[in-house]
Amino acid sequence: MKKYETVIGLEVHVELSTYSKVFCGCSTRFGKRPNINSCPVCMGMPGTLPSLNKKAVDLALLAGLALNCDIVQTCMFDRKNYFYPDLPKAYQISQLYLPIARNGSLSIDNKGTKKLIGIHELHIEEDAGKLIHDSDSNITLVDYNRSGVPLIEIVSRPDMRSAEEVLEYLDKLRIILRYLGVSDCKMQEGSMRVDINLSVRESGETMLGTRTEIKNMNSFKAIARAIEGESKRQIDILKAGGQIVQETRRWDDNRNESIRMRSKEEAQDYRYFPDPDILPLEISDRWIHNLRSSLPELREEKILRFKNEYDLSEYDAGVITSSREMADLFERTAILCNKPKEVANWLMVEGMRLMKENNIDPWDIDLHPEHFSKLISMIEEGIINRVKAKDVFEYVFLQDGDPEEYVKKHGLEMISDDKVLRTIIKQVINDNAGPVSDYRNGKTKAFGYLVGQTMKSMKGKGDPTLVNAILKEMLE
Amino acid sequence: MKEITAMSATAVAKKIKEKELSVLEVVEAQLNAIKEREPLYNSYITITEKEAREQALLIQKLIDDGSLKDSPLAGVPVAIKDNICTKGIKTTCASKMLANFIPSYDATVIQRLKNAGAILLGKVNMDEFAMGGTTKTSYFGEAKNPWNPKHTPGGSSGGSSAAVAAEEAFISLGSDTGGSIRQPAAYCGLVGFKPTYGTVSRYGLIPLASSLDQIGPLSRNISDCASILEVISGYDPKDETSIKQVRYTYREALVDDVSNMKIGVPKLYLEEDLDKDIRDCFMGAIKTFEDMGAKVEVFDLDEISYSVQAYYVISCAEASSNLSRYDGIRYGHQAGDYDDLDELYKISRAEGFGYDVKLRIMLGTHMLSSGNYEKYYDKARRIRSLISRSYEDAFKKYDIILSPESLTTAPLLKSKNSPSTKKHRSEILNCSVNLAGLPAVSIPCGIDKKGLPIGLQIIGSLFGEKSLIQAAYSFEQTKPYERPGTLID
Repeated sequence: MKKYETVIGLEVHVELSTYSKVFCGCSTRFGKRPNINSCPVCMGMPGTLPSLNKKAVDLALLAGLALNCDIVQTCMFDRKNYFYPDLPKAYQISQLYLPIARNGSLSIDNKGTKKLIGIHELHIEEDAGKLIHDSDSNITLVDYNRSGVPLIEIVSRPDMRSAEEVLEYLDKLRIILRYLGVSDCKMQEGSMRVDINLSVRESGETMLGTRTEIKNMNSFKAIARAIEGESKRQIDILKAGGQIVQETRRWDDNRNESIRMRSKEEAQDYRYFPDPDILPLEISDRWIHNLRSSLPELREEKILRFKNEYDLSEYDAGVITSSREMADLFERTAILCNKPKEVANWLMVEGMRLMKENNIDPWDIDLHPEHFSKLISMIEEGIINRVKAKDVFEYVFLQDGDPEEYVKKHGLEMISDDKVLRTIIKQVINDNAGPVSDYRNGKTKAFGYLVGQTMKSMKGKGDPTLVNAILKEMLE
Repeated sequence: MKEITAMSATAVAKKIKEKELSVLEVVEAQLNAIKEREPLYNSYITITEKEAREQALLIQKLIDDGSLKDSPLAGVPVAIKDNICTKGIKTTCASKMLANFIPSYDATVIQRLKNAGAILLGKVNMDEFAMGGTTKTSYFGEAKNPWNPKHTPGGSSGGSSAAVAAEEAFISLGSDTGGSIRQPAAYCGLVGFKPTYGTVSRYGLIPLASSLDQIGPLSRNISDCASILEVISGYDPKDETSIKQVRYTYREALVDDVSNMKIGVPKLYLEEDLDKDIRDCFMGAIKTFEDMGAKVEVFDLDEISYSVQAYYVISCAEASSNLSRYDGIRYGHQAGDYDDLDELYKISRAEGFGYDVKLRIMLGTHMLSSGNYEKYYDKARRIRSLISRSYEDAFKKYDIILSPESLTTAPLLKSKNSPSTKKHRSEILNCSVNLAGLPAVSIPCGIDKKGLPIGLQIIGSLFGEKSLIQAAYSFEQTKPYERPGTLID
């Protein structure tokens, strides 16, 4: 039996997090009413000219630097010519001949070992608009809100061998780009788009096989399925003695198969040439230096530092640094309350639970470290007990409210007054003759029940240490 | 009324400033002249009569309250080539494709003219999408040469030249990609100025070839030209190719003195088999400069002989891409009946564009196609660098270069548009300047035996506008231009 190996390279498009578009001043806000974010420039009206948004260049450079690329200090913009209604100028401004960054790499973990995935190049381009087909009236509408939104395309080398490696690469890439503030990388909203270049070859073979390009995957899960599906399709063809045709295919996640879009022969001739409207972009050493020194601490460094400075486990440090937002929340809270372990525990247990239950992504966490730290101090100072603290945490984590006000408003302060406790416990002993005699007859399990009853009658607010001690004393 | 329209822009601006004329009087005189002469010359595509009158009243107020006291053009009516976008006013590029296109924004030059208090009279005729040298490709019919309506006013800015020569405007804007301001200026006996690439913002100029196009004025004398150049020049953040220079003070160069100038004359044009009239005028112009004290030298500039080939490759390639957006979807001519998207594109474009436009689109598309890019486009770019370097070397020795503007005077409109060596050699004179991004001006220097004007081209170094203006002004002072005749009434 022949064994086959899958070879994968990725083309990843991400929308840059600039406020305005790459060649005009229109807003890039997602989800606005159709054609609201448009102007003569991004509508491609006759006579308009592009003027490059330097912020987009900054973000592309940051990504290039973080991905260990060489910066092309005189880069150029080219026109990619093709007709389509969502492309108002009938050409897309992109970078073919001299992209802004080249020859980088990204390190991924693969079953405990590190593997370097090469980055062939990274270039800036503009996004197209969006077509909306109305099948009832057989009309196609065009929305140019997305037209001219800045993108970078990150082209990897064909260095990946499995869906797991691809997902690991994408996850790493996404985290880096989010840390940098380059992009929010939301696949559902289309701010991250992935095209897969995939070929298969017999194990041991060094030449690359004929590849296909697969488009249209809108989730990591779909990417994994597409890779499995396309590998199998190609292997089946080779096993049956057939040949792979170089073509572009579209992944249909519902049918769980890829569908042929166009072959290499049908591929468009884009007639690339340097855009005469944009002068070559000179990127000075100083520009690069300034950006390099503004690079934030990235995840790998943060994990190391959190392990050293806050004594976190590798696992905890990994989870907490999965977004810059969570890592910042952790660190700022830890500094405020000086209880890093406690902060980490709350995040790892209750935080993760709430995120899962409420579908919150780690980069969407949004609360003031002051609130979080105050909650931890209130526990330490015995103002609330740990049972009630979970409710307060939920409030703080989801609503970002002041825990002190919340506790006051709902009367959640811990009851530690000896007299009050004794009165209540006395009542519990009187009301539960059965369990009390059970306990006195040696059934220690009944003690737990009596603690529960005490806490219940105090609405969970009793000081658990005192309740235990007084109950024991009064039962003896 | 005729006395008003015959004045120079500078003179009329002065009279308005000194309250000898009201802006409205000037506008009415100009509108009358347009109405009377348009049937003869067809200079205009759109006349903005109502807007011009409204604007006249508004500008008069601003002049009266002193807001426009520094503007050299306050109250002066101007005509605009119909490839420069004007908000709310049809901008057609003389094409069926854009016959009903109304831009939603003003080109930067229009903004600047408005701020300076100039009055927009209307949009003038041209070759379709500025492709041609006669206005014969205009969807709205050809314009006529005011000195002999059987002849072309030149092109592509032929409406701009006809309008100013026929006193249907004091001054006009044209665009120059390969001579399209200078050649019509020469054919109509006007001053036509193509500024250094990047001096005037291209924002709002519907492009033919982005790396060659430049907006510039056509006027009846060099002083008017310097005035409008000051108004329209300047850095524009909306045009990445515009140059960051803060102040343009061209009027300072209106000085009658060339005694320190070194002038180069490319041998190419002396060896040329020139028409006697043109040769005589050209030699006469050289002599005039010598008499005024300039030092004139003949030199080799043979490298520019490949200009035309390089020019056609680059301009067609860029045009094919620039004109792709006319797809019948958002604006412009749309096919009436089609079955699918491809048909919508094909029919809209087949119906919307004229022959010459299609020809250039096809050539450009071919030359950019995979495998051809290196053969044509890349090679043309290298020739372009070579031409730039040759000029650069020449300008180490000379302040300005002189050449005939065209090797012929305005041809008959009915003559065939066939390629000829003369036409080709004329094109070298013109398009090498655009390839190198240089400033150049055509000034009238005589009349041929048919009574048609002859132009002299003065080429300057990059940003050498002031030398051009000074040379042109000195020439104008010494050899004032005499019109070939009187306008037909």
